[in-house]
Amino acid sequence: MNFKDLSALRPDLAFIAHWVGDGAHVLDVGCGDGAMLRYLESGKRCTGYGIEIADDKLLESTRRGINVLQHDMEKGLGLFGDNSFDTVLCLSSLQMMQHVEALLRDIVRVGAEAIVSFPNFAYWPHRVALLRGRMPVSRSLPYQWYDTPNVRCATIYDFEELAEQCGLEVLERVALADGKPVTFLPNLRGSLAVFRLRKKTRTAPGTTTV
Amino acid sequence: MTFAQPLRLQSGAQIADYTLMYETYGTLNADKSNAVLICHALNASHHVAGTYAHDPKSVGWWNNMVGPGKAVDTDRFFVVGVNNLGSCFGSTGPMHTNPATGKPYGAAFPVVTVEDWVAAQARLADELGIEQWAAVMGGSLGGMQALAWSIMFPDRLRHCVVIASTPKLSAQNIAFNDVARQAILTDPDYHGGDFYEHGVVPKNGLKVARMVGHITYLSNDDMAEKFGRKLRNAAENNGYKFDFGIDFEIESYLRYQGDKFSEYFDANTYLLITKALDYFDPAREFDGDLTQALARTKAQFLVASFSTDWRFAPERSREIVAALVSNRRRVSYAEIDAPHGHDAFLLDDPRYMNVVRAYYQRVWEECPAKEAA
Repeated sequence: MNFKDLSALRPDLAFIAHWVGDGAHVLDVGCGDGAMLRYLESGKRCTGYGIEIADDKLLESTRRGINVLQHDMEKGLGLFGDNSFDTVLCLSSLQMMQHVEALLRDIVRVGAEAIVSFPNFAYWPHRVALLRGRMPVSRSLPYQWYDTPNVRCATIYDFEELAEQCGLEVLERVALADGKPVTFLPNLRGSLAVFRLRKKTRTAPGTTTV
Repeated sequence: MTFAQPLRLQSGAQIADYTLMYETYGTLNADKSNAVLICHALNASHHVAGTYAHDPKSVGWWNNMVGPGKAVDTDRFFVVGVNNLGSCFGSTGPMHTNPATGKPYGAAFPVVTVEDWVAAQARLADELGIEQWAAVMGGSLGGMQALAWSIMFPDRLRHCVVIASTPKLSAQNIAFNDVARQAILTDPDYHGGDFYEHGVVPKNGLKVARMVGHITYLSNDDMAEKFGRKLRNAAENNGYKFDFGIDFEIESYLRYQGDKFSEYFDANTYLLITKALDYFDPAREFDGDLTQALARTKAQFLVASFSTDWRFAPERSREIVAALVSNRRRVSYAEIDAPHGHDAFLLDDPRYMNVVRAYYQRVWEECPAKEAA
């Protein structure tokens, strides 16, 4: 998998991949079909593991040849020691978690840095749907309210608050629409929120904050 | 294949002029890079796949996994099955003649460990000209052998496939094994292990041993579904016999399994193999630190467990995975949600088979020369 393939397949992942350092040891929490990790391994010489619970996704990841571990993220990341990874990815998975805060704390425990993404509930089409009195159904939230795997709805501002509460420093914060960053009114115009985080107690000089 | 040179065992004893039975499937390629070793568990043998021409019922014990077009595809891989030392399917074991006494070894057959088996398998690999296995694979006790390979001969395997296994037995596991051993040892027909010369077999002991073992291979749910409280003879006397014969279907099933087993399995072999299970603990020399024990491994791993396996529970497999992850080894782990307990590793489950198949695709793609010799 090269960058072009990834951009075509998942433009949001292609954008996020820029934030992962060359040769980084990566944990992808909720790695799905393994496309991201496959790209990071082949395109950026990264190493690491994906975690996935669904049998079909586990199979796809295995077919892609990545290291995938079948595990329920709700049970935490006890398999991994403190600061085992340079970067922990949790992409479009957090909103499906029952225990968001506990997982978030575990993510920053095992990794020096975390990249977290989730569908932005404050994306304007969602607001319009709510104004019309209906739950939003969109490309980023493609499910009906009664059969959605997304048990948490959050906006960019909401997540920022939780990150603060968990003692996390926001290194970067970007709203994406169709895989491209939105700078003007991001909480309104971005469908996917992406945060780059680290523990506040950790000092990593040379890291620029945007 | 016979090995004249003595093999020094972990116990300090040694065994010379021993024979290992083995079978091969498929074709070894030009650079001998497509060889896969399959390690067997307690009661299986070198006969992994296929049937013998003269006996259509002789289906190999992992025939659903290994064969042409199967997950471990013998059209691609050269698969080797080997019967371990001390077993009772042709390799040198307790019923064979001890050259020192001229009588069957019996209980005098040296206690062998998982590591001893692996050392013997490595000699077989030498003889077959296989310097490095594409993969070493096993389930249960076979998985222990695969794991031991990765520790003892890190350069001699590229992939290690460990299914429904454990890095060590729990107290509960050892307890079950000892109940089984006691059943054999206290059977009057055991004669201190020299029952061969008395022309008898400790059938009752073996039967009880197998019954106990069999219970641990099945899950509670599976047993409930298959047998429940079904009565053997429900029509008569309200179903209960009010004696100590067979009332329930489960009793009938277990006794049948025990009887069948006692007809073909050797009692001394059962003792030996359960001891090998009990002793296996590669972390022991590292104060129980499995991460250190696996630090010398170089292989890539596939670890798989089954949700209802309480004999070798998923937690045990996760310990292996966690230790490999700590060492930054390449490892994939499948935790198959299957109802059949420990036995699930021998059964067909599409999720299980598909993951193994997908993994072996990768093993295949990494074989340098794909053409057959």
